[in-house]
Amino acid sequence: MRQFIIRRTCYSIITLFILSLTIFAVVRLTGDPATLMAEPGARAEDLARVRAQWGLDRSWPVQYYQFVQNILSGNLGISFNYRMPVSELYFERLPNSLQLALAATLLSFLIGIPAGLLSAVRVDGVWDQTGKVVALLGLSIPGFWLGLVLILIFSVYLEWLPTGGKGDWRNLLMPALALGWYFAASLLRLTRSSMLEVMRSEYIKLARLKGLPGYVVIAKHGFKNALVPVLTLAGVNLVVMVNAAVIIEVVFAWPGIGRLLFEGIFQRDFPLVQGIVVLAGVMIVFVNLLIDILYAYIDPRIRLTR
Amino acid sequence: MSTTTAPRAIDFTAPTPVRRWLRDLPLLPLLILLPFALAATFAPFIAPYDPTEPVPGAKVFAPPYWMEDGSAATLLGTDFQSRDLLSRLIYGARVSLIVGLMGTVVAGSLGTAFGILSGYIGGWVDQCIMRLTDAWLALPALVFAIFLATVVGPSMWNIVIILGLVYWTRYARVIRGEVLSLREREFVQLAEIAGASRLRVIVRHILPNVLNTTMVLASLTIGVVIIAEASLSFLGVGVPPPEPAWGLMLSEARSTLMAGKWWLTVFPGACILLVVLATQLLGDWLRIRLDPQQRNL
Amino acid sequence: MSAPLLEVRGLKTYYFTFGGSRVVKAVEDVSITLREGETLGLVGESGCGKTTTCLSIVGLLPSAARVVGGEIRLAGTDLAQKSAREMRRLRGSTIAMILQDPMASLNPLFSIYTQVAEPAYYHLGIRSRSLRRRVEELLRAVRIPSPAMRMRGYPHQMSGGMRQRIVGAIALAGGPKLIIADEPTTNLDVTIQAQYLDLLMDIQEETGVALIFVTHNLGIVAKMCNQMAVMYAGRIVEMGAVRDLFGAPRHPYTRALLGSMAKLGSKEPLYAIPGQPPDLAHPPPGCAFHPRCSDALPRCATQDPDEVQCGLNWTARCWLAA
Repeated sequence: MRQFIIRRTCYSIITLFILSLTIFAVVRLTGDPATLMAEPGARAEDLARVRAQWGLDRSWPVQYYQFVQNILSGNLGISFNYRMPVSELYFERLPNSLQLALAATLLSFLIGIPAGLLSAVRVDGVWDQTGKVVALLGLSIPGFWLGLVLILIFSVYLEWLPTGGKGDWRNLLMPALALGWYFAASLLRLTRSSMLEVMRSEYIKLARLKGLPGYVVIAKHGFKNALVPVLTLAGVNLVVMVNAAVIIEVVFAWPGIGRLLFEGIFQRDFPLVQGIVVLAGVMIVFVNLLIDILYAYIDPRIRLTR
Repeated sequence: MSTTTAPRAIDFTAPTPVRRWLRDLPLLPLLILLPFALAATFAPFIAPYDPTEPVPGAKVFAPPYWMEDGSAATLLGTDFQSRDLLSRLIYGARVSLIVGLMGTVVAGSLGTAFGILSGYIGGWVDQCIMRLTDAWLALPALVFAIFLATVVGPSMWNIVIILGLVYWTRYARVIRGEVLSLREREFVQLAEIAGASRLRVIVRHILPNVLNTTMVLASLTIGVVIIAEASLSFLGVGVPPPEPAWGLMLSEARSTLMAGKWWLTVFPGACILLVVLATQLLGDWLRIRLDPQQRNL
Repeated sequence: MSAPLLEVRGLKTYYFTFGGSRVVKAVEDVSITLREGETLGLVGESGCGKTTTCLSIVGLLPSAARVVGGEIRLAGTDLAQKSAREMRRLRGSTIAMILQDPMASLNPLFSIYTQVAEPAYYHLGIRSRSLRRRVEELLRAVRIPSPAMRMRGYPHQMSGGMRQRIVGAIALAGGPKLIIADEPTTNLDVTIQAQYLDLLMDIQEETGVALIFVTHNLGIVAKMCNQMAVMYAGRIVEMGAVRDLFGAPRHPYTRALLGSMAKLGSKEPLYAIPGQPPDLAHPPPGCAFHPRCSDALPRCATQDPDEVQCGLNWTARCWLAA
């Protein structure tokens, strides 16, 4: 297990290295980075000042070194608009995105997993056919459009729910649904196929041969094995959701990281945009590492070997 | 005595090849995609009006013709500049379909190429490519795309390239897996023993076998690319105006939502939904067709 | 002579595929008699219906298959008439089954203890300390060293031979009267096979359990079984005491099988049976074996032979034996 952790951590470090390199390179390869780092409407002398300030006239390896140093010390630049450090802004809004992502994940679990399990247990039945249609729709409907339609129905016509902003559960419901819908569809499919595969396995056959009651075979032997890949997906997805709910947050005016990113684009606030991207990447890699370690701990096959 | 059911021994006769081929066609997705494909190709001839100019004599925010206040001249209604919605949708099909298709082609080509290199050559080339895909896959696609679009500035071809760069990693992984197993197959080993150069083996033996997977993957993920393009347009970093794009139309319609101008939101989104749905169905059909063992989903 | 433990009469199991338009006659008129303590070897090529027969007895056919005729009497009651719940109670307790692949049979996420304890828990209602003791006993009975420690382990930590013995312990856990072993040694190393077979024979002596041993290896049959049933194309073509069949086989297929066994030290060329087993969805008329039979009579091509008594408890399905 220890070897596994060490190896896995090394991979994460390499990934972070490549990510930072990519972000660094993209900015410098596609034009003058000074124009990006300077505020919109800057003149020549402003550009020169920015260049000196950010060391953009130095050689690339030196710049990169500075870049990484900055990231490691938590300095991701100052937002033009807010005049605050980007990292501060990010972590201030993070809990909001987290709350939304958690709600969305919870909803998609509640919808996707039982539907998937039921579909698998009653293959080709009415439930399965419905489930397939629902899954297909889930993967085809753009989340943000679903959000807009939900607003149309529940806020404009029925006036049951508010259109946006943060508040109590009523504000959370629609964005969580719009955000989680796609994931619910994926979960349904994955759970179904995972469960079907498990049900065909030899150890399920043996469990039946032992004469165990049906519900024990399905619930104890079936579910646990089937949910293993599902939960891995879920864990990974949560982190992604936190950082990628840009559009939903924009549609519902939810004050999270996604909305912050949008503001950054809209206002040409490049340090903000770059900072958020960097932080998103770091967070996702880090959480993936944690999940893999956790998973290794749960699966006895990995836990009990070196 | 236990139950005895007389078994029906009906023989399974296959219909003639042409009829079977016709019967196997995935009618629904093709039927859905046809109007959109036509719209995209023949937009200037099909659209009733110029999508960027207000319709002369039409009201602002006219609803679809079947509602009161609607007019048959503007079948699906007009927007805040009294531009015809239907025409804008037709022209919008161009952007979405072309960008979606081209983006997928770029992603698929890059991904397949890297996947083959990674799987066939192995060694540190494999390691490098794999680490790269790991890293790029770690970043959420949309965030990555937004970042790139912000840096390079939006234009149709920029978006195509950006989408290609963001999505090739998905192909690379899958193709690499395929190549790894293909590499061990006899016909490849025979070619290698016969002294064929690596390039020749790749082009003649590996590539054709891998293309099936690429196509299935492409048809399944083209929907994602289309939605990504719509998302980018919605956020304002997609294909820039005056070209109408469905995502852009949705973004413009946002402010009118509260005023109940539902058609400006519902129709563009429905178009996206239908196209993506059709490609998904097509992808499923293709997958079952090309690999009958994969009936899982 | 005690009443037989298992009496299968005229069992017919068919597979209905392609929505019922294609019928595969996997088991066609199979009859078996087994007494307590006896071992029956069920022999035949792949696809001859051995496994389907076993699954029919146990009541666990895949959804496409159905028992369409015959009866399966276990200690008097017809299993084909029993409800699913009644069958479930019998499975794992009175009838147990051992499958071929020990690694696939064991659930990788559960400990050995959990998996061995299950039949005892659900069928015999044993709990906590007595349950733990029982599992240890069972593991000891299958000769697993340090059972108390081993039972806390997981399947991936055991060798193939040990895993198969654990599967054996699971089979014994419910106190069965009949164990069906479907090629249990095929996946094991040759050296381990002999040990496993010895183990099975010892268990039989101690508990008096009846055994149906499915295999395509006649050497194992010679060692382990007192009765043998040879299956071909879903039918039993010859059945009787192992001694009788090995000594003077009446059916050409049995003869061919015995002839194809390599004899140590013999310089005779290996004899392979020419041809292929028939397609069970479209079986040929007459005797199913006649296309490959070197001694076929003209009537073999048109009339399916009935069972012929060749001696006490010895039948063969062949016109030549009549």
